[in-house]
Amino acid sequence: MASVGKIIRRTFLIGSAAIVGGVAFGAYYVTRPAPNPLKPKEGEAALNPFVLIDQNGITLFAPRAEMGQGVKTTWAALIAEELDVDLDQITVLHGPAAAAYYNSAMMGEGLPNKGYDISDFQHNLGEALGILGKALSLQVTGGSTSMKDGFERMRQAGASARETLKRAAADRLGIDPSDLKTASGHVITPNGDKIAYTDLAVEAAGLEPVEVPLRDPSEWRYLGRIQPRLDMVGKVTGTAEFGIDVRLPGMRFAAVRMNPKLGGAMNSFDDSAAKSMPGVETVVDLGTGVAVIANNTWLANQAVEAVEIDWGDAPYPPETDGIFLKIVEAFDGAPNSTMRDDGDVSVTPDGATEITAEYQVPYLAHATMEPMNATALYNGDALELWCGNQAPTLIRFRAANTANLDTEAVQIHTTYLGGGFGRRGELDFGEIATKVAMAMPGTPVQTTWSREEDMRHDYFRPGAIARMRGAVQDGKAVLIDGKVAAQSCMQQAVERYTGFPGGGPDKVLVEGFFNQPYAVPNYRMSGHVADLAVPVGFWRSVGNSHNGFFHETFMDELAHAAGRDPLDFRLELMRTEHAPSAGCLEAVREMSNWTGKTPDGVGRGVAFTYSFGTPVAQVIEVVDEDGAIRIHKVWIACDMGLALDPENVKAQMFGGMMYGLSAACFGAITFADGEVEQFNFPDYDALRMHTAPQVEVRVLETNRHMGGAGEPGTPPSMPALGNALFDLTGNRARSLPLVNQFNLLV
Amino acid sequence: MATALKINGTPHQIDLPDDVPLLWVLRDEVGLTGTKFGCGVAACGACTVHIDGEAVRSCQVALSDVWGEVTTIEGVGTPEALATIQQSWADHQVAQCGYCQSGQIMQAAALLAENPAPTDAEIDEAMQGNLCRCGTYPRIRAAIHDAASKLKEA
Repeated sequence: MASVGKIIRRTFLIGSAAIVGGVAFGAYYVTRPAPNPLKPKEGEAALNPFVLIDQNGITLFAPRAEMGQGVKTTWAALIAEELDVDLDQITVLHGPAAAAYYNSAMMGEGLPNKGYDISDFQHNLGEALGILGKALSLQVTGGSTSMKDGFERMRQAGASARETLKRAAADRLGIDPSDLKTASGHVITPNGDKIAYTDLAVEAAGLEPVEVPLRDPSEWRYLGRIQPRLDMVGKVTGTAEFGIDVRLPGMRFAAVRMNPKLGGAMNSFDDSAAKSMPGVETVVDLGTGVAVIANNTWLANQAVEAVEIDWGDAPYPPETDGIFLKIVEAFDGAPNSTMRDDGDVSVTPDGATEITAEYQVPYLAHATMEPMNATALYNGDALELWCGNQAPTLIRFRAANTANLDTEAVQIHTTYLGGGFGRRGELDFGEIATKVAMAMPGTPVQTTWSREEDMRHDYFRPGAIARMRGAVQDGKAVLIDGKVAAQSCMQQAVERYTGFPGGGPDKVLVEGFFNQPYAVPNYRMSGHVADLAVPVGFWRSVGNSHNGFFHETFMDELAHAAGRDPLDFRLELMRTEHAPSAGCLEAVREMSNWTGKTPDGVGRGVAFTYSFGTPVAQVIEVVDEDGAIRIHKVWIACDMGLALDPENVKAQMFGGMMYGLSAACFGAITFADGEVEQFNFPDYDALRMHTAPQVEVRVLETNRHMGGAGEPGTPPSMPALGNALFDLTGNRARSLPLVNQFNLLV
Repeated sequence: MATALKINGTPHQIDLPDDVPLLWVLRDEVGLTGTKFGCGVAACGACTVHIDGEAVRSCQVALSDVWGEVTTIEGVGTPEALATIQQSWADHQVAQCGYCQSGQIMQAAALLAENPAPTDAEIDEAMQGNLCRCGTYPRIRAAIHDAASKLKEA
């Protein structure tokens, strides 16, 4: 254990550096600090600041993408809690793409355990594995990891800065630091005089950073309490800057068309009509598509639509049916993984009732409200790129390669994200904007995708099929044997990001499938990887998004076969396995006054998914309104352990649920002639004001380890709705979207 | 030939072809980026502005067809001086990613101007053209009711 501890301490070394008129506190990426860490020489470590104090004030850095999950506010609160500054007196910036902003929690998720059964030793090991995140400079916002990642490190940065400022004041006054207090950005002397941090910054820069123990949670003023979101005023006044809002002197606007047969070549194009259209400045050959640069985005789009293009074929079956045949074929081969194999599933126990079911879910688009875009300025030996993104270090690497520059010559400016959901962890929009700007050196160019281009050129949530076999006896599940088949977004993403083929057991494919906290004696869950080249990626909750539906619809079918109440049936299997999970089910039972019975015209369903370290239970009530079915109300209970901002956690929970329900009701990406058949929101709709349910959320805090918030609300929503529809109509939903089978209110 | 527009009380001369939608005049020519592009086909409401007080999808109104004075989210209130409806949005912590909220607020402001005390059914009817992929609808509804009661008191 000692060696693990040592490794962990080495991964975040708090340092400080003098800046003009002040001081910066931050973290080092490697273990050899530089004499001037803000301008390191070759082989020396750069310091990336989390706290910067000068005459102009106090600036905190929250280098995680703000895509609606409130990370900017809660991350700043972690620092402010120890630093003793008021959240309304500071500036919070995202900061540049930098190695020291790596995500230590992300790699910990790669451990081959179920998560809920994690021991303290494994938990520490998970933190140690975070070093890999550092080594890969993986500055990523994803996997619902931000708070797990920042929880220790940011408080440490704040505490170290506070104590160093106190030391500076003590030296100035010739007294002991222990006689000083801090509050609201000031050091307070024994006689009550206040010295502003900004006034001490220069002196603090000359001192070794002081390491101190963190405060006890009972002393917290910000954490665990509701904070007004720092981005709220900007977002209600139209002044918050998203990527698409970046405006630079002399800027031009571009539109783009890539091959709708995804991954296919561009054989030729004819831009003669486009070139002479109003506002057009130039047409750019991107190799696999074209862009038009104009003085207005709409004029650029009109012109790019007028380019005649001969597209090559896609490297996958051209129709949806052919694609799903390939997914079915994956069941014939050996499994890619069997991460759960308890007891013996080969024989159905004597006297047990066996049931089987097959489920299928479609490909899905992310459909962020802000279409993909980025703004680039290239001047031959340097590149600046502005965009909302979830992975600035990766996008910098890709942009540098595209422009044939050193990564040091590329500067990334991360704006607010008009939705991420996993889509903005990809690199394509940054690469395309870089290529476009390279056609006009010295001029900033913003490349904006049309909604149609965005919808049809996604890295889609993979379509998936599950084959389930199970058995019940004496009112209990005694056997579950499940197989899921889909493309591996992990393997494809590894190849896309690194150029090396991804391989090995894919945990993401089976998350939400193998790791659910049910004590079933014979329990085997396998994943099969379909060999297909449809672009696939990380869609809010990733593998859980299909596996939650598969697992929990089947649990409902088992409960029904056993003649049991579906909530009791689950609870009984869960109590001995994971108490916080059982607590969530008990909470929604109480909140919804669940009796297992509903009046005519009302249906209720329950579902549960453990994902990203957080168990979530949901009860959904549907109502028949003159033949059209309305999703009337949802009750949600989650237990992420410590909830750093409970009101924000609630927003993430119901937001994640709405995202899942939108997909469950309406979402399907289909293919014809190699092209996506959905173009815009009329073909790919979501819940709206009149179809969205009322919600009630309860945030429990009994879990021993901290879980995520952004994604765990999504997976249980789809089976809970399907199970409610079964309760209402007697028809079992075994495929999505539900609008194909049920008369939902639209 | 330049087209004359009045936006948030300020006159502008716009030198763009007649068929350029108002959305792209505001965003790329005037520099008012609070009005958002979401779909381009009037299916999401992110581009909602007021023309003579009426909520319209600015992606569907050609420059030459703008029939009156334009109000955008920037004309409703500022960070230093929030309008009542914006204050209600902030008090209820409505926004998540926030991209659709300019359009939501413009739509809701037009609703409240016409109907000072809308019922839930009337909110459903007025707001269903405005999409929010973060699913903030319960808080939008609460903020509209809140703004309605504050405007009544005022």
